Amino acid sequence: MKKYDLIIVGGGSAGLAAAVAAYDNGTTNILIIEKDQYLGGILLQCIHNGFGLHEFKEELAGPEYAQKFIDLINERNIKYLVNTMVLEIKKPIDQSEIIVEYSSLEEGYVECIAKAVVCATGCSERTRGAISIPGSRPSGIMTAGLAQRYLNIEGYLVGKKIFILGSGDIGLIMARRMTLAGAKVIGVAELMPYSNGLNRNIVQCLNDYNIPLYLHHTVKEIIGKDRIEKVVICPVDDNLNFIEGKEMVFDCDTLLLSVGLIPNNPLLEAIGVKIHPRTKGPIVNENLETSIKGIFACGNSLHVHDLVDFVSQEGRLAGINASNYVKGLLDKEDKGNEIAIEAKNGIGYCLPTTTNVNSLSKTTLKFRVTKPYKNVYVNIKLNGESIKRIKKLYLLPAEMENVQLNNLDLSMIDLNNDLKMTVEVEE
Amino acid sequence: MYDIIIIGAGVIGASIARELAKYELKTLVLEKNSDVGDETSSANSAIVHSGYDPHPGTLKAELNVLGNEMFTKVCEDLDVEFKRIGSLTVATNLEEADTLTKLYQNGLENGLENGRDIEMVCQSKLREMEPFITKKAIKALYAKNAGIVNPFELVVALMENAIDNGVELKLNEEVIAIRRKEDSYYVKTANKEYQTRVVVNCAGVHSDLINNLVCEKKEEIKPRKGEYYVLDHFPSEYIRHTLFSVPSSKGKGVLVSPTTHGNYLIGPSSEFVSAKDDKATDTLTLKEVINQAYRLVDNIPMQYVIRQFSGLRAYHDSNDFVINCPERGFINLLGIQSPGLASSPAIALKAVELIKNELSKFDISLIENQSFNPKRRPLYRLNNLTIEERQALIEKDPRFGKMVCRCEKVSLGEVVDCIHRSCGARTVKGVKKRVRPGFGKCQGGFCEPLILKILSEELGKNPLDIKYANPNSYILLEDSYKESKEEK
Repeated sequence: MKKYDLIIVGGGSAGLAAAVAAYDNGTTNILIIEKDQYLGGILLQCIHNGFGLHEFKEELAGPEYAQKFIDLINERNIKYLVNTMVLEIKKPIDQSEIIVEYSSLEEGYVECIAKAVVCATGCSERTRGAISIPGSRPSGIMTAGLAQRYLNIEGYLVGKKIFILGSGDIGLIMARRMTLAGAKVIGVAELMPYSNGLNRNIVQCLNDYNIPLYLHHTVKEIIGKDRIEKVVICPVDDNLNFIEGKEMVFDCDTLLLSVGLIPNNPLLEAIGVKIHPRTKGPIVNENLETSIKGIFACGNSLHVHDLVDFVSQEGRLAGINASNYVKGLLDKEDKGNEIAIEAKNGIGYCLPTTTNVNSLSKTTLKFRVTKPYKNVYVNIKLNGESIKRIKKLYLLPAEMENVQLNNLDLSMIDLNNDLKMTVEVEE
Repeated sequence: MYDIIIIGAGVIGASIARELAKYELKTLVLEKNSDVGDETSSANSAIVHSGYDPHPGTLKAELNVLGNEMFTKVCEDLDVEFKRIGSLTVATNLEEADTLTKLYQNGLENGLENGRDIEMVCQSKLREMEPFITKKAIKALYAKNAGIVNPFELVVALMENAIDNGVELKLNEEVIAIRRKEDSYYVKTANKEYQTRVVVNCAGVHSDLINNLVCEKKEEIKPRKGEYYVLDHFPSEYIRHTLFSVPSSKGKGVLVSPTTHGNYLIGPSSEFVSAKDDKATDTLTLKEVINQAYRLVDNIPMQYVIRQFSGLRAYHDSNDFVINCPERGFINLLGIQSPGLASSPAIALKAVELIKNELSKFDISLIENQSFNPKRRPLYRLNNLTIEERQALIEKDPRFGKMVCRCEKVSLGEVVDCIHRSCGARTVKGVKKRVRPGFGKCQGGFCEPLILKILSEELGKNPLDIKYANPNSYILLEDSYKESKEEK
């Protein structure tokens, strides 16, 4: 069996950043495994610009952003496989090493061994079935990302009269993209009373093209036998129930769905890694290590990000920690007492789910709010005492918040007790 | 001139076709859809019922018990996934417990054996057998002989085996008229007219229309819709048996059952609808399905819901199977609703008896087809192989190393194989039904472009001509870079 220090599952933005960071941290025996034909992941079909403002201080298209990291991989001669799918990760009890099984046309079914694994398997789009859209079942109802792939990678337009459900970023981007490709985008419906996409995308993808956004509306029925012919849109009340009699019917040949992304972790779920009930990604500690030692997670398979720049940052963190784990440094640290971290009032989830007293300064909390807020504080408490309070003019569910746990006021807290940190919105 | 034309390639049409392939006969199957088994046969509970439920003395009772017994052999020969996981009909109050006793007596009367096929289980045993059963359960009728089958695979396998043994299948051929002239029937589709001695009407919910094209005695089939939820497979423990509520006048009620692939089905509802192609699902109906399912289990992991679907039962007013010969050379199979799937092997035998009788009027006696091979070449099923077996297979054909579906772990080799078999896949849905890409959590979001490409390459078709299912269900509308591609 081939042996690696570190295997990275997924050659997208998170995996590539993790590989580079681990390499630069001194762990060079790395294998990246990518299921698709090229490294780069979903960035390759995101041909619009807007990537890289944090990371490179310039606006890049998705493939350009990916290429910057692919170049770093190639400069370091980091080994990678494409067209290769990891089918199983196993960690035998009482063994520190992890078995990774993959399969490809070139190599067949291969088992290999790694000291550590970084899972960077991205996320999947929620489907019609996942949100139970009623009506008949013709073709022409697909996720926005699938239509994006057909158009930007394969070169095919899926339809010319498009309705979009969900105001997630991919849906907004596709509203513009389909318009530019010659389709008519009739409208975008969003179940919530606010958009789930970034504001700049609402402006640049809808407003600039006069595409109406129907907030607090959703699909009530699908009509069409073999291909979708009409979609019935209906406003909803505060309990998200249909307001009868207010239906609108639109002729269309396509319904694109941009109704949320779910971290993709079948490999981790299969070996019993603990999954966060809210994010559907694994729960991790401050090192982005999952509940199984030596297995790290980052990027959209950990939790869904809105900006790739933050995915790269997180990938680097996972890469460095995995590398330190391989070197045996992580276990040597004197961590101090463990701190459980919990999302409260107004916060949907918060990662990591644990940290330690001595790791506080290197811990970054990442969280999302459950609804939009204006002029509020984010209050971080330890055992009920406020240790950090940050004023926020806006907090939006579409935007992930980052808070570094430095400059904390720990004077009031007995650090030898059981410790619980909470993050909440204070109005 | 055909000896027999079967109209409809669902599980009944396909079973009869395979049964007829055992004889030296010229048999043609006409199917209006672009694949076999696309209607009721692929939208049902996928249960091989035990046989305790139908009223003693009915055709349903007779054929269910016999069909259930025959299932093991059929699925063995055809390499179809079939598991006798057993069913539990769960009583939660004394009244229901009384009904269970009646059902149990019914079962014995229908020819089932206590201990071998069915038995009553008490609360403590029930809880041991099925830890996820509702706390309200007090007693259950355990049908050991009940099973689950992969219905997509079954219909394809039956038809594949029929074709391999000489039966002809024509897809996208909707019958629009049938006329009788002298001793022949002329069956007209949009494309062609076919001459035959015997017509076998297996048109499911549409079988009344076919009957009414020919017979003086008019029939009516009322489509009764059933809506379902599908849950993804997940690693933690859940139910192990098919769980039924105690049946009422509305039918067998909602069930919760594992599928042969480790998914779970919850449903069906039961409502008459007017249109024979109404396969829409409805929010309120599905809500009620879940409410009903809570009579069986206390926990439904709704976070694993990946799909909803509905199917139409072919309800006939007799509330029994109707297998008859209303006109010379014309055989009806009407009202084949639950337990139609379980009964299908026995229904085919019954139908063949009638066909024999009709053919004898033409002085045609059935000669056995000496070369009939009951076995279907097994599928590859990579997920069931050991690593060594997998590697050996890849050694022979590296396409089994290339994975195309990550949710269901399907290889390129398996997809290519399902396209090139007899009764091979021609559509994205056809591939999905045969080897499962698209059945997983991403519902085709990742694999659909790959499947579309493989179909286009293997069939030598333009990707624009690869459809999801029927001819109008296109996936791609336009080649947006046609000119630049042509330059290349």
